[in-house]
Amino acid sequence: MKAMVQLTVNGQQHRIDVPPMKRLLDVLREDLHLTGTKEGCGEGECGACAVLIDGELVNSCLIPALQINGARICTIEGVSTEGGLHSIQQCFLENGGAQCGICTPGMILATHHLLDKRPTPTLEEIQEGLAGNLCRCTGYMRIFEAVQKAAEARDAL
Amino acid sequence: MRSDVTGYELNAPPDLRAVLTRIASEPGRHALLAGGTELMVALNTGRLESRSLISIQHLRELRFIRVTPDAVEIGSGTTFTDIRRNATIARELPLLVQAASWTGSIANQNRGTLGGNICNASPAADTPPALHAYDASITLLSVRGERTIPYSSFHLGYKKTLLEPDEILYSVSVPRAYEGWRQYVRKVGTRNAQAISKTALAIVALVRADRIEQIRIGAASLADRPLRCVEAEAALRGRSIAENDLEPTVRLGRAALAREAKPIDDIRSTAMYRSAVAANLLEEFLRQLSN
Repeated sequence: MKAMVQLTVNGQQHRIDVPPMKRLLDVLREDLHLTGTKEGCGEGECGACAVLIDGELVNSCLIPALQINGARICTIEGVSTEGGLHSIQQCFLENGGAQCGICTPGMILATHHLLDKRPTPTLEEIQEGLAGNLCRCTGYMRIFEAVQKAAEARDAL
Repeated sequence: MRSDVTGYELNAPPDLRAVLTRIASEPGRHALLAGGTELMVALNTGRLESRSLISIQHLRELRFIRVTPDAVEIGSGTTFTDIRRNATIARELPLLVQAASWTGSIANQNRGTLGGNICNASPAADTPPALHAYDASITLLSVRGERTIPYSSFHLGYKKTLLEPDEILYSVSVPRAYEGWRQYVRKVGTRNAQAISKTALAIVALVRADRIEQIRIGAASLADRPLRCVEAEAALRGRSIAENDLEPTVRLGRAALAREAKPIDDIRSTAMYRSAVAANLLEEFLRQLSN
């Protein structure tokens, strides 16, 4: 069984003919060749595959293709603008918030979502906002610092 | 191992009526797929049995929160995030908000639905203890009509419910009757986000002149289903929490809860630990009432 699905990814419209239960994660990586979105656990536990659908943070490994028909999706490739780094990415870079990099795209999108909802988050709100994103390198402290810096940078804009 | 997605069908009928017609014409053949936070995990780990799924995630008819003078009615397609963002629920039904905040992570709360949490019928699910404590009722819908039943009667056994193959959970109705009641909820697990509970207790009680006039208790992971702790409720109803009476009241409550708790040993905890901790939580609540 296949279904025609229309979606907008990072501002670009696509029409794809895919199995309706194909995961959004695989649609992004295999059909659209956007490999910035990573697979970690494949069970919605680790957040490595996080993207935004219509502005809401979701785990793309748990979304079947048919459910994204008509949706606007933002992946890590759509976060940076005009080739430069987004201020969140810059803050992760400068504060050691990224090491091996597998969790980083999900962390950046979770931060993006958090700062959209709470522009000046407390440490507790940062911890909750990123609780669904697992990192095995940093021990999290540098990530939290990066998010705090990103909130300040955003404040200054 | 992950399943081959080409072996699965997924359809998205245009509205609720079309969904009901479809499941009535082929009862038991289709599984309903809402936010996907449960069934997609099953797909990804090769455990998804139903080969034909019907998406209900897009149905606006199931995603609502209606506040009337007597109740808050929550559509089954309402997400945990929707629940957390509702001002009336936040003010009057804090146990439900707390439970919603424990369900998965933000990304899962943006997708997972209250109806899915109930119908998946895991004994460890986060929202059922609060719905038991609040004495919620639920409305089931089919082409044959609708029926509204007490939530306390819905779960029949491990992953067994009263839901007929041609029925869908339409809404959950929680009475707005808890002003002045004491409310308590606590989950014990390895961490709040993501981790499934070892055990959890949600309790509401009406206390007048040091006497427990009414009490309702819901529990997670204490039985083969989300448990309404009717024995502990009966043991505690009418009991005094005055300083001199507190110890016997605590003993009665603990003993009654131990009698009806039938937890299991599994990867997350042991039956003995679960029973002991649940009794401790009940005791914690009773001591808080007394202070």
